[in-house]
Amino acid sequence: MVDLSRKYDVLVIGGGNAALCAAISARRAGASVLVLEGAPKFYRGGNTRHTRNMRCAHDAATEILTGPYTEDEFFEDLLRVTGGQTDEDLARFMIHESKEMLTWIVEQGVRWQPSLGGTLSLGRTNSFFLGGGRAMLNALYLTAEQLGIDILYDAEVTSLDIRDGMFLSATLKRDGKDIAIRASALVAAAGGFEANIDWLRESWGPAADNFLIRGTPYNRGSILKMLLGKGVQSIGDPTQCHAVAIDARAPKFDGGIITRHDSDVFGIDVNKHAQRFYDEGEDIWPKRYAIWGRLVAAQPDQIAYIIFDSSVVTSFMPTLFPPIAGNTVAELAQKLELDPAALAKTMAEFNAAVRPGTFDHTILDDCRTEGITPPKTHWARKIDAPPYLAYPVRPGITFTYLGTRVNRQARMVMADGKPAANMFAAGEIMAGNVLGQGYAAGMGMTIGSVFGRVAGREAAANARN
Amino acid sequence: MTDLSHPHSSNTLRETDRLMTVCNSCRYCEGLCAVFPAMEMRRAFSDGDLNYLANLCHACGACYADCQFAPPHEFNVNVPQTLAIARAESYAHYAWPPGLSGLFARNGLVISLIAALSVAAFVFGFAAFTDPAVLYGVHTGPGAFYKLMPHNAMAVLFSAAFLYAIVALVMGVHAFWRNIGEPVGMTTGPRALLQALRDAGELRYLHGGGVGCYNEDERPTDRRKLYHHLTFYGFLLCFAATSVATLYHYLLAREAPYPWWDLPVVLGTLGGLGLVIGPIGLLVAKTARDPALVDKQRMGMDVAFIIMLWLTGATGLLLLVLRATAAMGPLLALHLGVVFALFLTMPYGKFVHGIYRYAALVRYARERQMMGG
Ligand SMILES: Cc1cc2nc3c(=O)[nH]c(=O)nc-3n(C[C@H](O)[C@H](O)[C@H](O)COP(=O)(O)OP(=O)(O)OC[C@H]3O[C@@H](n4cnc5c(N)ncnc54)[C@H](O)[C@@H]3O)c2cc1C
Ligand code: SF4
Ligand code: SF4
Repeated sequence: MVDLSRKYDVLVIGGGNAALCAAISARRAGASVLVLEGAPKFYRGGNTRHTRNMRCAHDAATEILTGPYTEDEFFEDLLRVTGGQTDEDLARFMIHESKEMLTWIVEQGVRWQPSLGGTLSLGRTNSFFLGGGRAMLNALYLTAEQLGIDILYDAEVTSLDIRDGMFLSATLKRDGKDIAIRASALVAAAGGFEANIDWLRESWGPAADNFLIRGTPYNRGSILKMLLGKGVQSIGDPTQCHAVAIDARAPKFDGGIITRHDSDVFGIDVNKHAQRFYDEGEDIWPKRYAIWGRLVAAQPDQIAYIIFDSSVVTSFMPTLFPPIAGNTVAELAQKLELDPAALAKTMAEFNAAVRPGTFDHTILDDCRTEGITPPKTHWARKIDAPPYLAYPVRPGITFTYLGTRVNRQARMVMADGKPAANMFAAGEIMAGNVLGQGYAAGMGMTIGSVFGRVAGREAAANARN
Repeated sequence: MTDLSHPHSSNTLRETDRLMTVCNSCRYCEGLCAVFPAMEMRRAFSDGDLNYLANLCHACGACYADCQFAPPHEFNVNVPQTLAIARAESYAHYAWPPGLSGLFARNGLVISLIAALSVAAFVFGFAAFTDPAVLYGVHTGPGAFYKLMPHNAMAVLFSAAFLYAIVALVMGVHAFWRNIGEPVGMTTGPRALLQALRDAGELRYLHGGGVGCYNEDERPTDRRKLYHHLTFYGFLLCFAATSVATLYHYLLAREAPYPWWDLPVVLGTLGGLGLVIGPIGLLVAKTARDPALVDKQRMGMDVAFIIMLWLTGATGLLLLVLRATAAMGPLLALHLGVVFALFLTMPYGKFVHGIYRYAALVRYARERQMMGG
């Protein structure tokens, strides 16, 4: 039985990658640790459950990585995807620490998958968890249990007692009762606020109602809001997040990886007025993948349709939700509730603009359109082999970037610029320190693991003093 | 519809297809076992493909513990249980003669009945062959067993049962092999057969991707693999013991019972120990197993097979220990009855899982070679 009346050295709020890395590192540094996970046991580990890989720097190829990925190259990639919107000092620190993560995380029981060659073209930069994120979490939880870390599920923290940058206690709602939990140091690892539609609406307006949340419904940003309300300095822009286009038929929350679509290459994207709105052939995966969520978010009613035809069906994997089909353009339009004449016109104009070329979706090929706006600059081929097919897509929010400012110790920084006395943060809740905008695959986990480990270590040291 | 998905002959296969489509667009489990890489080589699945994947699965449970979409998630992805059901249905589907496929459904009962009848038949047979007093007499020295039943009669009876089992199994596997689709150039070669032999012998894929298999919760253990090894190799040793004894009899004219240090007895004792310890472990693990992982309807079939194996081992060992006493007659009848029933029911029970899985592993090894991996 967990004794909630005692005072712990370190309280960790959250139950994902960042939280578990923090808890384990604090415990290994000798601290007594309590982990409060707001979700039920099955849903433990929030968005981490849905992950697959982590981006770590390394100087040479390994059994799991096909080639070196230096700290400098990692930093250049980060600069490129964020357009320079990153805290260089923290980013370089994180990248440096990420090197050790490759072995540290294995010492905590996590296993990597030997490189399978072609996986998503990330085989050099990203290490894949054997069995995915839930397997990774199962391993971390097992290690945490074996180390004697106390863990509670269904344990949502509903308020924090913080005075002058000093954490005193947290209130836990349990079986309808409020319980005060005391600890010498706090690690906040409770994710972003992506599942809080009201909060998203504050900056996105009514469009937010049409967003689908790809991961956990439990990341509602309550801890983040409390911290910012108690004088912790915020960092990042509330509209910045990672978002991709996912199937509009996906559940509101937790649809995970299998709802994504990346078939734009094979057709065109139209909005609810049956108009094209962006160059579908602009860039190669994953850059293309990373921008479409925001593009669809900017369309009326936040919906779009990827339209293609039967000649390309075998070019990509069958999907959870099968494509909507029509034997004629008019039939398809009717099923999609689009104006048939408008769709026919858009498709006819597109088909007429397609220039001959040699199709190759793995490179920026020479199949393009001429004379239409927006153009499709690569992979443009006529859509004229019925039946016609479509996937409806909506913006799928992965995670938000607005967070608490931290320093190299993962220690929160107060609004006046002073470091907090005993409060640390890791993971999505402080992602904005490194990610001002944009994203490079696998960084969510790097941020959680690196800052989680640092936060745990520092919190343990803090508790001892 | 240009959808290339196949129509399926059962609800189980439709559900299996749904899951394989989900998994194929997720692929997080691809490093866990052979099933996922084999799945990734296909983009749509025929009945045969699904039966192949189902038999390739070793039921380690890892992909359930690791799946973010496992129930209670609304996508309700439960690969181990669904493949277990598909696997069991595939045994019935390919059974020979087809008229007997229904035996799988009532397997537990059928095995108990056949076992009971066989034992009874042996007891009465002994009594009728000789006179009842012989059954309870004390017999020692070479040829002691055959006072109860002439060796030739024993050999003919068991060879017939064994041959029947082999024919039925071969016919079943043949149907399976044809149905899992053998594209041109896919005929198997010695390399694939050997590779599969190693994979099956080591239970390479009963390992949850390296940590062991999952049984009662998300904490892996390796115990099922150990118990399976004890059972399987115990069975092989017993089989070897019988084969050596048969050779002794016909080639060297040496009659059983043999002294304790002789090869048939040593093999049989070791095998018998495996067959006594292994099945108990498997049974305990099975009862503790998370019901979400198992095909509840087929528990009877699994348990019946495990018990038959245990009885084979236990009666064999008892016979060895008590062979110089008056209990020898009844025990011999019991042992022979159990073994006879085991042979007879082999093609219609859990025994077939090894044969089908081996065939699936051969196919997988071959596919891997063709893909250059
Ligand atoms: C579909 C999908 C795929 C992804 N794939 C990858 C990938 O391959 N690689 C990668 O690097 N990133 C990936 N990401 C992003 C990655 O999931 C996150 O960046 C990372 O998991 C964040 O870890 P975390 O520990 O900060 O948050 P989480 O893992 O989300 O954990 C936060 C936890 O806090 C708990 N919590 C929230 N509020 C409270 C409260 N008030 N009290 C108590 N507990 C609370 C939640 O229940 C949750 O368990 C993916 C995300 C999604 C949605
Ligand atoms: S079992 Fe779950 S996690 Fe594994 S591949 Fe299938 S859907 Fe993905
Ligand atoms: S239960 Fe084990 S062997 Fe079967 S598919 Fe899942 S991971 Fe593979």
